[in-house]
Amino acid sequence: MEQNKGTKLYTFLIYSENVPGLLSQITAVFTRRQVNIESLNVCASSTPGAHKYTVTANCDEHVAKMLTAQVEKRIEVLQAHYYTDDELFINETALFKLSTPVMLKNPDVGRMIRFHNARIIEVNNTYAVVEVTGITNDILSLFDTLKAMDCVLQFVRSGRICITKSRVEHLDEYLAVRESKKLAKANK
Amino acid sequence: MEKITGAEALMRALEHEGVDVLFGYPGGSIMPTYDALYDHKKTLNHILVRHEQGAVHAAQGYARVSGKVGCAIVTSGPGATNTVTGIADAMIDSTPLVVVCGQVGVAMLGTDAFQEVDVVGITSPISKWSYQIRRAEDVAWAVARAFYIAKSGRPGPVVLDFAKNAQTSLVDFEPAKVNFIRSYDPEPDVNMTDIERAAKMINNSVKPFVLVGQGVELGNAQQELRTLLEKADIPCGTTFLGLSAIPSDHRLNMGILGMHGNLGPNVMTNQCDLLIAVGMRFDDRVTGNLATYAKQAKIIHFDIDPAEFNKNVPVTLSVLGNCKETLAAVTKLVDTSKHTAWIEGFKPYNEKEYEKVIDRALHPKEGPLLMGEVIRKVSEASNNEAIMVTDVGQNQLMACRYFKFTKERSVVTSGGLGTMGFGLPAAIGATFGAPDRTVCLFVGDGGLQMTIQELGTIMEQGAPVKIILLNNNYLGNVRQWQEMFFARRYSFTPMLNPNYELIAQGYGIPAKTVIERHDLDAAIAEMLATPGPYLLQCAIKEEDNVLPMTPPGANIDEMLLEV
Ligand SMILES: Cc1ncc(C[n+]2csc(CCOP(=O)(O)OP(=O)(O)O)c2C)c(N)n1
Ligand SMILES: [Mg+2]
Repeated sequence: MEQNKGTKLYTFLIYSENVPGLLSQITAVFTRRQVNIESLNVCASSTPGAHKYTVTANCDEHVAKMLTAQVEKRIEVLQAHYYTDDELFINETALFKLSTPVMLKNPDVGRMIRFHNARIIEVNNTYAVVEVTGITNDILSLFDTLKAMDCVLQFVRSGRICITKSRVEHLDEYLAVRESKKLAKANK
Repeated sequence: MEKITGAEALMRALEHEGVDVLFGYPGGSIMPTYDALYDHKKTLNHILVRHEQGAVHAAQGYARVSGKVGCAIVTSGPGATNTVTGIADAMIDSTPLVVVCGQVGVAMLGTDAFQEVDVVGITSPISKWSYQIRRAEDVAWAVARAFYIAKSGRPGPVVLDFAKNAQTSLVDFEPAKVNFIRSYDPEPDVNMTDIERAAKMINNSVKPFVLVGQGVELGNAQQELRTLLEKADIPCGTTFLGLSAIPSDHRLNMGILGMHGNLGPNVMTNQCDLLIAVGMRFDDRVTGNLATYAKQAKIIHFDIDPAEFNKNVPVTLSVLGNCKETLAAVTKLVDTSKHTAWIEGFKPYNEKEYEKVIDRALHPKEGPLLMGEVIRKVSEASNNEAIMVTDVGQNQLMACRYFKFTKERSVVTSGGLGTMGFGLPAAIGATFGAPDRTVCLFVGDGGLQMTIQELGTIMEQGAPVKIILLNNNYLGNVRQWQEMFFARRYSFTPMLNPNYELIAQGYGIPAKTVIERHDLDAAIAEMLATPGPYLLQCAIKEEDNVLPMTPPGANIDEMLLEV
């Protein structure tokens, strides 16, 4: 089996009908296969009525395939695919709440914020709020640096969001096929 | 339009789906529905069980033999949680069910109200679809969708969680029809490229072997399977659930696959050059050690569930679709062929197993009764035409090994979940699903007591279940493992049994006990000749073992013929 090929971070893009209770069905599939979800984002997609789940998890490719198949098996899931990072445009957002007195004392803090293209969105004499977007490693490296400077009061990082590089829109194709099947059935 | 209650709407929706039998048990949150049922007694035959687990197993037995959707109806809270085992059992064995549970009204949901339990949350992971009906307006749609999902594609159990307010409020009812769901495709188009590749692989094979699963019965593809086997002259083995998809005595049926199956098919699995799996899922009880399973062979997998492909066993080619269509399409392209030498190759293994195991199990000269001889005699006395229902344990393994089948849809056993207590209620359901057939239940002394209360249902309905109690005074299957793998340390497997004849008498069910071999034939004849239910207790050798056996985790072709 492919099981021993070693694990990798995979991104699962899952499209479903907009019905309640699906999130727990999807996460249950991962839990059952003993795969920890690293990040999760759920929102409406560009296709009316369809929801998009973006899930990242470490596993080997065989498990990624099985997870995809098991998720797709849930009645209201339209489609599920798994991707590696090179197949995607990826983004994450992070917010930092930093101590203003420490920032004033240590000019390196401001330097690091500018170096990472982070944006200051609020400052008062107690704290500053800084926003940065990028990929996980860049964000975590800024966090490590600031943490070492002892100025981080709060930190939060969003789940990954991404868009496929492919020139084919799988969901649209799928829906078109389903629509024609529906018509064929109705005409029968 | 006349307004009716949601409960009445449920009745009409069930009738619209062609339901004629319901297995159920009433209670607070489903009372409006039971009140509506009172006016539909003529069309919806409600069978009052004695425990909700029994309702679901009975619906399973009904569904398995009839090919229709089985229906159960229960109250909220404990009524609903009592159905969980049956739902899980139906899920893993692909049995189409609709289970309707009462629920508290929506205003009380989430408040820990009396007999409120998160039914959708509990049953989602163990059902094909689980849905809460919160408004009477949704009844028609939800019921139509439930039946469509339960019976289409790979069948499975569906749960409808019916809130009390939706049962009582008024609605304009019009039956709905669902035969399409955008996000769910149970009728995938047959891919002709795959069919051509499959045919080519079969034509090039010198030693092909077919694995027959329940998918053949679920897809009604018994004839298509036979046509393929006979045209290309391919031997086959069956899973437990696929046992009656092909007659036991068919020239090309080599026997049972897996841990307690037959030697030939298991050995030949690891010698064939092409393994053709049809409607089966490579369960670990069938494959044994995956690392050595059919490594020498190319594998083609026919299935309707894409999630089964490459799940346990990597395959060379997967053919998606209803095997009724895919097998027929492949058969057109395969050459008429003969594999005489290859088929002859099974013979020495069959002979060896016959000599070491089967002959001893069927024709003991002395000592206490053995399960095998009882089962084969019952089978033959019913002309091998009966429906075999089993519980779980040695009784099940022996029944599957020694009962013989000439008719389709004749196996009702808990395969994937191995649910003790399944047998008695499932047999009741089978008598309703196939009223013209003889239903023989083989059950152990342990499993019978797990759902023994359903003797009450049998009594009330006069359900003609022929109960063959194979009493070995042990939780026999566990005892066998203790003997083989735990140094004979019989930890809590001996059991003090009640007087079963007296119990049967309490329920007004005729009963007899057979101890001596020379009384067996007459007792079986009497049981089959007695109209209605019957309990035949057989005093079975206490420490007998089911053989041959592939020890758990061992290679499938390394079966033990003796302990
Ligand atoms: C609900 C449930 N509990 C426990 C088991 C484990 N188990 C499998 S077989 C078996 C023994 C069954 O004993 P009995 O019903 O007397 O059948 P026998 O094996 O003796 O024929 C047990 C306890 C099970 N399969 N199901
Ligand atoms: Mg026993």
